[in-house]
Amino acid sequence: MEYIIIIITAIFVNNIVLAQFLGICPFLGVSGKVSTSVGMSGAVMFVMTIATIVTWLIQNYILIPFSLEFLQTITFILVIASLVQMVEIILKKVSPPLYQALGIFLPLMTTNCAILGVAILTMQNDYNLMQGVVFAIANAIGFGIALLLFSSIREHLDLLDVPKGMRGVPIAFVAAGILALAFMGFAGLV
Amino acid sequence: MNQWQNFTKGFIKDNPVFVLLLGLCPTLGVTTSAINGLGMGLATTFVLLMSNTVVTLIKNFIPVKVRIPSFIVIIASFVTIVELVMQGFLPALFEQLGLFIPLIVVNCLVLGRAEAFASKNDFISSVLDGLGMGLGFTFALTLLGAVREILGSGAIFGWDFVTGDGMLVFVLAPGAFIALGYLIAIMNKFNKAS
Repeated sequence: MEYIIIIITAIFVNNIVLAQFLGICPFLGVSGKVSTSVGMSGAVMFVMTIATIVTWLIQNYILIPFSLEFLQTITFILVIASLVQMVEIILKKVSPPLYQALGIFLPLMTTNCAILGVAILTMQNDYNLMQGVVFAIANAIGFGIALLLFSSIREHLDLLDVPKGMRGVPIAFVAAGILALAFMGFAGLV
Repeated sequence: MNQWQNFTKGFIKDNPVFVLLLGLCPTLGVTTSAINGLGMGLATTFVLLMSNTVVTLIKNFIPVKVRIPSFIVIIASFVTIVELVMQGFLPALFEQLGLFIPLIVVNCLVLGRAEAFASKNDFISSVLDGLGMGLGFTFALTLLGAVREILGSGAIFGWDFVTGDGMLVFVLAPGAFIALGYLIAIMNKFNKAS
């Protein structure tokens, strides 16, 4: 039950993009086409889950026992940066097709604030390892849903006759606002 | 003249938020009021200024292959300084900004300026660029925060000039997207005219 609440909250009620404003850069950057947004969501889920596990272990077995919590920001970002590199190298060797699919999105992952954000939120909420993993996966799904919906909307926007001043980024933001408005309907679900 | 341009380009012509579209997460996340936007902007300005200064001073000693991780460590150190100082002296603002303070580390604006400008230019230009970009970012955040506060709660910098509730949606998440969309459209118009 507890896991279900974490999942529903992370995907719908507190959607990571539309309610918490994390990962806006890839949300706008790669949402031009549906196919690229699927690749991006896959890469985010992969890295987010691994990053949460590793940072959880570091937080609870190294930083807290030695009372080094103030180094959290530096440690986490370094772990995530090296993790992204490592995942990239391993994927290249082990699974070339997956690397082909996710490849170009992996380097962008270091500066995706959703990854670091979820890692820090997991620590702030005092989740145990299992809850942390569920939380990370649910947030990645939430990111995927938001990205997919938004890229479908943007594909349609290209075909419409938008007033000149609003073309491109401004209309995309207004569309994102309306999408966020729709997600507010989930408030109070849990 | 050139140095002056390095400083002023961040305000309108290359405004990090309205034109370059960098650092949008904190832009949307913390601007529920003008004062939050101002606080976040100044914190980011400090990190940007310091990281640009350090990066430009040591750019010749960093091997090209490990420059991104080195930049991230430099940025993360200054973010930790901001975090601790703000927690100590401005605990109320720290509570308000919350998660977005540590997330300055992954603000694409800070890393972007270190990589694209400070690692290639001389000391004075880099310092001016960091300061100008930071103040441009602060300007954008304060403006967006002010718009959302005026429309959302009929107040500015905490001063209520309209009694009763405003349009609550502008304080909530959707209003951030919509307000920023319209501000970018207005800024585009303004940039083309000048």
